[in-house]
Amino acid sequence: VAHTGRTVGRLGEGDWDGKVSEIKKKIKSILPGTSCDLLPDTSHLPPEHSDVVIVGGGVLGLSVAYWLKKLESRRGGIRVLVVERDHTYSQASTGLSVGGICQQFSLPENIQLSLFSASFLRNINEYLAVTNAPPLDLQFNPSGYLLLASEKDAAAMESNVKVQKQEGAKVCLMSPDQLRNKFPWINTEGVALASYGMENEGWFDPWCLLQGLRQKVESMGVFFCQGEVTRFVSSSQRMLTTDDEMVILKRIHEVHVKMDHSLEYQPVECAIVINAAGAWSAQIAALAGIGKGPPGTLQGTKLPVEPRKRDVYVWHCPQGPGLETPLVADTSGAYFRREGLGSNYLGGRSPTEEEEPDPTNLEVDHDFFQEKVWPHLALRVPAFETLKVQTAWAGYYDYNTFDQNGVVGPHPLVVNMYFATGFSGHGLQQAPGVGRAVAEMILQGSFQTIDLSSFLFNRFYLGEKTQENTTM
Amino acid sequence: MWDLVLGDRRINSLRLVARMWNGTRGIHRLGGAVVPEGNQKKERTMLQFLTNHFYDVEALRGYLLQREMSKVHMKNRFRDKEWIRPDKYGHFSPEFWNFQEVPVEAVDASDCEINYEGLDNLLLLKELQSLLLQRCPHVDDWCLSRLYPLADSLQELSLAGCPRVSERGLACLHHLQNLRRLDISDLPAVSNPGLTQILVEEMLPNCKVVGVDWAEGLKLGPEEQPQDTASPVLA
Repeated sequence: VAHTGRTVGRLGEGDWDGKVSEIKKKIKSILPGTSCDLLPDTSHLPPEHSDVVIVGGGVLGLSVAYWLKKLESRRGGIRVLVVERDHTYSQASTGLSVGGICQQFSLPENIQLSLFSASFLRNINEYLAVTNAPPLDLQFNPSGYLLLASEKDAAAMESNVKVQKQEGAKVCLMSPDQLRNKFPWINTEGVALASYGMENEGWFDPWCLLQGLRQKVESMGVFFCQGEVTRFVSSSQRMLTTDDEMVILKRIHEVHVKMDHSLEYQPVECAIVINAAGAWSAQIAALAGIGKGPPGTLQGTKLPVEPRKRDVYVWHCPQGPGLETPLVADTSGAYFRREGLGSNYLGGRSPTEEEEPDPTNLEVDHDFFQEKVWPHLALRVPAFETLKVQTAWAGYYDYNTFDQNGVVGPHPLVVNMYFATGFSGHGLQQAPGVGRAVAEMILQGSFQTIDLSSFLFNRFYLGEKTQENTTM
Repeated sequence: MWDLVLGDRRINSLRLVARMWNGTRGIHRLGGAVVPEGNQKKERTMLQFLTNHFYDVEALRGYLLQREMSKVHMKNRFRDKEWIRPDKYGHFSPEFWNFQEVPVEAVDASDCEINYEGLDNLLLLKELQSLLLQRCPHVDDWCLSRLYPLADSLQELSLAGCPRVSERGLACLHHLQNLRRLDISDLPAVSNPGLTQILVEEMLPNCKVVGVDWAEGLKLGPEEQPQDTASPVLA
């Protein structure tokens, strides 16, 4: 409405000039050749119907979207909507990640996921090719991971390496002598055994993967919306189990997506909801009513994923380890790797339960580096006794407090909510495999390539931990 | 030694032939000219005595010597022939298929479309000494991370002109401790060739790293800037 500067007068007088210009505008917009402004503009809102709504646009959410579109049996057969709250990804775990990939796990499922992800990354320009877009350069460093074990962990490491080799990972065991021979800058005091990944391990640029997935997924016809999920509307159904117990099954049929900085929301009618909200997955699960019930029952089992803050520090050390340096994970839990050609390194350490920092913000704790990280680094690599911290940042783990492994697959009661979260620090490296598994579960009813049955939600109620015994 | 055998020309000719083979391994134990150790001396003199007195023994020794010689020649017949090349139709000569037990020592796969999966074929060559992968369009950092099984034998590696190889792939070459010559010239994906050269040289101290001048990329200091733009700049 054009304001002419005149105040609104008495009833009857009105803003005549303003009214005339409004009528002129309306006539102009109806005339052919110009855009029609009669209907309200909803281009910023998500569509009203969508087959699948993915909550969370990080690497996991985009990976599920990609595989859903890749494995759909008919082009355009499934409409996918990805809802992401923050399009700058300022707090998303994906962009803040150190970007490592490694197969040195104890669970065969984790090893297989990581191996598939390595082959996905290697052939990324075949998987994520978009016409007229330049090829992706992941900046992959194939330098491998070097895990060090003390006396008490050596036996577990040996049996883990056996499992890893069986699954096809190229890992070898090294004695302290061999370590000193290959990496003269290591102080092997306290190290009984080491395992070194020779192939398919290293680190890469997570932003590149995210951008690559994003542009491919957009080209495949996935809808994106920047907004926050505030409500699920579901319908329930009472059923009897074989033991004649009453069970209430819920089905989400509507998702309310609220726009940024406004009260406006769009109810999106949907058939399936995917919870890929990372560190905030528990809130999304609570919105769906997961965990609302007497404790100890299946209804009362909450999703045990919470945000845990982890700091990463970048330092400069001119006499530090050379180009061949792998990502070294020390017996104390401290880790480091090279960053670029200029004698810069980055690393950190997972705090113990007592040292857990407050996850409400992402401020870096520099004292933690001075007291709890640097001493261990300097012990293991004497060259690190002189170093200078350049920068640091913090990010969240979507930490599964139950067994520190991912939650994948449908919820037993809210039957159309699928999880792809809770990876506690290895979400990035497992994203391609998990995305494919969730897409297979949705489209074909069961896991086809990698069997992730041990990562289902049921285990929280049954108390069966799917736990790693490595110190990763 | 000559004057001892001058009288007997038959023995003379045998000794002459034996002396020429002194340099090659495995032969000198049958020739007489090498100084034998301890208890072999008794055996030798016994053998000499028999050879000098019995034509049969001499003929037998001669025959065994010839056989040893031809075995070595058989093993070395490719040294003169340089490379086994395909003819203009891309076919190899049929006699190539007779040589299946002969270990391959050098492979020149320059300008070839070999990729990550194709390297499966090369990694089985346990005695490969020289691998040339110049200007291969699909050889990238992932491929370099596969080369470590050749560490025991590989002495020469050339990656000149490969468009996808970067300094991150070169970091995997530290497994190849027997490498003596590494060519990393003209790698467009390497971000800082001079610095990379230095870091690779530090990583492989026994290897001659060729291809990049470490001063490349260093800017001239202010006092080295040419004052006179007409005169040529001395690099």
